[in-house]
Amino acid sequence: MSIKLALRNLLGAGLRTWLNVIVLSFSYVIIIWYQGLIDGWNVQARRDMIAWEIAQGQYWHEAYDSYDPFTLEDSHGSIPDNLAGGNVAPILITQGTIYPEGRIQGVILKGIAKDQQVLRLPTDRLIKENGEIPVLVGKRMATNNKLKEGDYLTLRWRDSNGTFDATEVRIAGIFSTDVPSVDQGNVWLTLEDLQQMTQSEGEATLIVSGSESLNNMNISGWDFKSMDFLLADLDQIIKQKSVGGSIMYILLLLLAMLAIFDTQILSIFRRQKEIGTFIALGMTRKQVVKLFTIEGGMNSVLAALVGAVYGVPLLIMQYKVGYAMPYEPDDFGIAISEVIYPSYSLGLILGTIIIVMLTATIVSYIPARKIAKMNPTDAIKGKIQ
Amino acid sequence: MEKSSIIEINNLIKRFPVGGGFFTALDDINLSFSKGEFTGIVGPSGSGKTTLLNILGSLDVPTEGEATVLDKKISTLSHKQAAQLRNGHIGFIFQTYNLLPVYTVYENVEFPLLLLKMPAREREKAVQEAIEWVGLTDKIKSKPAQLSGGESQRVAIARAMVKKPELVLADEPTANLDSENSHHILRTMEKLNNDLNTTFIFATHDEKVMSYLKRIIRLEDGQVVKDDWMELKEAAS
Ligand SMILES: Nc1ncnc2c1ncn2[C@@H]1O[C@H](COP(=O)(O)OP(=O)(O)OP(=O)(O)O)[C@@H](O)[C@H]1O
Ligand SMILES: [Mg+2]
Repeated sequence: MSIKLALRNLLGAGLRTWLNVIVLSFSYVIIIWYQGLIDGWNVQARRDMIAWEIAQGQYWHEAYDSYDPFTLEDSHGSIPDNLAGGNVAPILITQGTIYPEGRIQGVILKGIAKDQQVLRLPTDRLIKENGEIPVLVGKRMATNNKLKEGDYLTLRWRDSNGTFDATEVRIAGIFSTDVPSVDQGNVWLTLEDLQQMTQSEGEATLIVSGSESLNNMNISGWDFKSMDFLLADLDQIIKQKSVGGSIMYILLLLLAMLAIFDTQILSIFRRQKEIGTFIALGMTRKQVVKLFTIEGGMNSVLAALVGAVYGVPLLIMQYKVGYAMPYEPDDFGIAISEVIYPSYSLGLILGTIIIVMLTATIVSYIPARKIAKMNPTDAIKGKIQ
Repeated sequence: MEKSSIIEINNLIKRFPVGGGFFTALDDINLSFSKGEFTGIVGPSGSGKTTLLNILGSLDVPTEGEATVLDKKISTLSHKQAAQLRNGHIGFIFQTYNLLPVYTVYENVEFPLLLLKMPAREREKAVQEAIEWVGLTDKIKSKPAQLSGGESQRVAIARAMVKKPELVLADEPTANLDSENSHHILRTMEKLNNDLNTTFIFATHDEKVMSYLKRIIRLEDGQVVKDDWMELKEAAS
């Protein structure tokens, strides 16, 4: 009976119901949209980092410490035989200095084979033209230092004996990536050039693995770092970010609750005469509470249906077109592309629907309980307490 | 016709808190109503008519004394028991109609029967019949906002009578009705009173109602100042 009456109350109220339902449907769509973007962002950040930097994992020279550039001088060794020639990309890393527009700028020099297929870096553009050394830089690095393709740049570095040396290099290409750690402060050269420059022929600092079959080998002097290990920093940031995300999620949910709570509280005053009449006609308090709670719950069911009508095409469109980030990706320490493609998981969608329905129901129950406690003779007159 | 008692009121006092003190709306009322009565409570505005009907309808409780309605002591009823008493046995016609605004005329009249869980067939028949009594068959699908005051009052009357309760408490039921409608409805009530032995208690100012009443109780300042049986009066004169 309560369900029939609740439906009758909702449909009978006409426009008022549909306004509530539409407002509530926004909560569903906005929560799913927002959380889908965050999730999509995470998926993308991982994917990009794997494509540009991590591949299947990396062997690190035992002395290499990714957090300490001052150890770079001593953390390289001969590329092990069982990796050389395989589907790998050895990278030699050392410190250097460039002088863009007369400024001094410390950089990390990275040597990588011109013909590598493991990372997405466009190393095939490292073509020697007039004997000078070709280098690649990322778009952000180029923008920050006002570098253009074809520019010449003075590069200074120390060889393995600690002697300073300098040469002109030519910017053979500028690549665009979402992964800051291969872009900002990085100058990419061919492995041969950097090995020659530093007199460390046949050596590398780390070796990027391009196939799983090469992983986890026991090679003396080298430690294998798994994909998970290399993504740990990103995961950490994502975790922090998703705490921020959950706060946003809770805020949005609070907003939705407020909308329902508000309309339900308003209902107490606007509908107290109606409620008094329900009670005077013989409804028990319990029945009234049940009726109003079901009404609130039904609101959220209708809202889910209405939300689906415009939300599904909207969210699908967002999924196809992507979302252009309104801020400079540089402001973040992690990979952010300019366009984010949201990712909607079943868990996200069902979770949101269940949570909104539950809150809508609980939030309707509270004022309903208060309504039913009113003195019926006052309620009948529509007196506000 | 059996004359068993349906309502007993003993030393009933109702006070309302007003400001720092109390206002005594009903002052030591002692009354007894028999089954099948057709009785009016009259008196000036503010004399306590609505207050008395509310207590008899178990919407309110006495401050002192007791009202016993259909063998139930009003002051001792739980909320649930009071709701059951209203739902099962009492039809209430409010001074302010109190129609459910989002329901149609039909749905308003149907509501008490839904609470009684009456089967659909039977329910539909009863609703149609009650709407015919008050002459609103052509307004069945209207909402209260689309009705005139008199029409609203007739819906309220149909809603109170649809379940053929043992006791109908009617607060100014004809205040907004024209003479023709008043007489029509009063005759319908009279018929229910005769056929089903339904007890009617009116609060009223209306002269048209007076002529149908078998007993008139006059309230002034919360006290019973007169209690006349019409047959006796006519016999006496
Ligand atoms: N909840 C309340 N709080 C305080 N005073 C009240 C309350 N309800 C009624 N009263 C007072 O009790 C008195 C009786 O009110 P009641 O409504 O019973 O009068 P009535 O005889 O029905 O009048 P009318 O003919 O105008 O409907 C009035 O003076 C009113 O002000
Ligand atoms: Mg009154």
